[in-house]
Amino acid sequence: MAQIHTHEAGANDSAYDGLVVDDARWAFGAGEEFEQGGEPLAGVDTAVPDGADPADLAAYCLMLGDDALVMSHRLSEWCSRAPDLEEDIALANIALDLLGQARLLLARAAAADPRIVPDGPLPGCSTSAEDALAFFRKEQQLRNVRLVELPRGDFGETMARLLVFSAYRLALFERLAASRDRVLAAIAAKGVKELTYHRDFAARWFVTLAQGTAESRHRLLDGLQGLLPFLPELFATHEVEAAVTAADVGVDPSTLAPAVEAVLREACSAADVPAPTITPESTGPRAAGRAGRHTDALGPMLAEMQVVARAHPRGKW
Amino acid sequence: MSAAGLDVPTALACARAAAGRVTDPELPMLTLADLGVLREVRIGEYGVEVAITPTYTGCPALAMMRADLVHELRAAGFAQVTVRIDLSVPWTTDHISERGKAALRDHGISAPGPVGSPSASSGSVSGSGTVTLSGATCLTLGPVRRVVTCPRCGSERTEVVSEFGATACKALYRCQDCLEPFEHVKEI
Repeated sequence: MAQIHTHEAGANDSAYDGLVVDDARWAFGAGEEFEQGGEPLAGVDTAVPDGADPADLAAYCLMLGDDALVMSHRLSEWCSRAPDLEEDIALANIALDLLGQARLLLARAAAADPRIVPDGPLPGCSTSAEDALAFFRKEQQLRNVRLVELPRGDFGETMARLLVFSAYRLALFERLAASRDRVLAAIAAKGVKELTYHRDFAARWFVTLAQGTAESRHRLLDGLQGLLPFLPELFATHEVEAAVTAADVGVDPSTLAPAVEAVLREACSAADVPAPTITPESTGPRAAGRAGRHTDALGPMLAEMQVVARAHPRGKW
Repeated sequence: MSAAGLDVPTALACARAAAGRVTDPELPMLTLADLGVLREVRIGEYGVEVAITPTYTGCPALAMMRADLVHELRAAGFAQVTVRIDLSVPWTTDHISERGKAALRDHGISAPGPVGSPSASSGSVSGSGTVTLSGATCLTLGPVRRVVTCPRCGSERTEVVSEFGATACKALYRCQDCLEPFEHVKEI
């Protein structure tokens, strides 16, 4: 058990002295209390519902988890780079919410079908399932839609992407909250509340930038324009999504287009810009990212995201 | 298994008291019980079992809460402590007790109002850009209108600076009378 030291006040105290009195708190993850503490689904009943295929459920959880994981990483790239401190903190908060959703979904995937968890880099390493999935899969094994992996653009592009993504994910989670899989239903019910804040944040900036200066408006619209080829993929149904929909544990993304279009229409109307239309049969291969076919941007992003875990395979955090 | 050979009701009372002392790592004026994240304390076949629920999905304080609960219960004499996560009913700020809300206010943090009045999902938001889509969460383009009172001077002339603050659960506000910034635990 980690040691607790009591700080004794002295004449030469600095404002930071109080920070180091509690080793148990600051040596985070070092104590044995943390050994059982890392699992986000500790004690949760993860039995797969009757009639649902464990492999399909696991693959589906990876899809939704990878969307959140990759979007979270792209948003976290803004840390210390946003236009002002409030926006910097907001983007970090949103990235953190999505990382939390990713952790639960990757853990749920591993619990549904442990075979999807890749081997760690060294035999005998006790990497958790969620970490192994996040840090030891290759780009072809990730199942996120390509929208989230595109390189970070400027703030206008990021707000356009966050609006589209959070509108899509909120519409999806509103329906997923009725999943027969109680774990997925619980993750979705909680996510709805978080995503509502994300979507409102992005939509307000969308309107503000569109109605700001000529420069801010054209940057926003350029950003949105660059995303359009990646929108149809959001609503293309992969065979795994079809299977989990048939088993009443997942959501068919093709049913989400009207809800997402309605949100984009509303935001575009307030912003006085033309609303994009989503035509599933237009550009781009269907279900590309869901099938592991990604853009060139994902590999370098994963290299950065995974480098510490791969370099220190016995590391714990 | 009970602490130091106590009978089960006594051990349970002892465990509840110990778990009830644990405070939130980011809001140390609040116990986990007052925050509404401590869901259950029971004596099971294998020692004490505690159930907690996350405030926000990604809240990093959750691991600290678990470690603090284990630490406190071990100190109270329980060798076997299991902390499980309860996701069955999502946490809402409505689960913060009245005592918890008072503790927040006493420490200069604005307490959340009832969920459904100011925040997004109920449709009763009075933000200027609120749109209700059938069966879906409404989009709020205007600022969220909450009646937020400055915890320092009591003024109701306050403005939101950001819906996101230093922790996942707080929004940043500013008082237009005393001009002090303060935090508001946002409704979720």
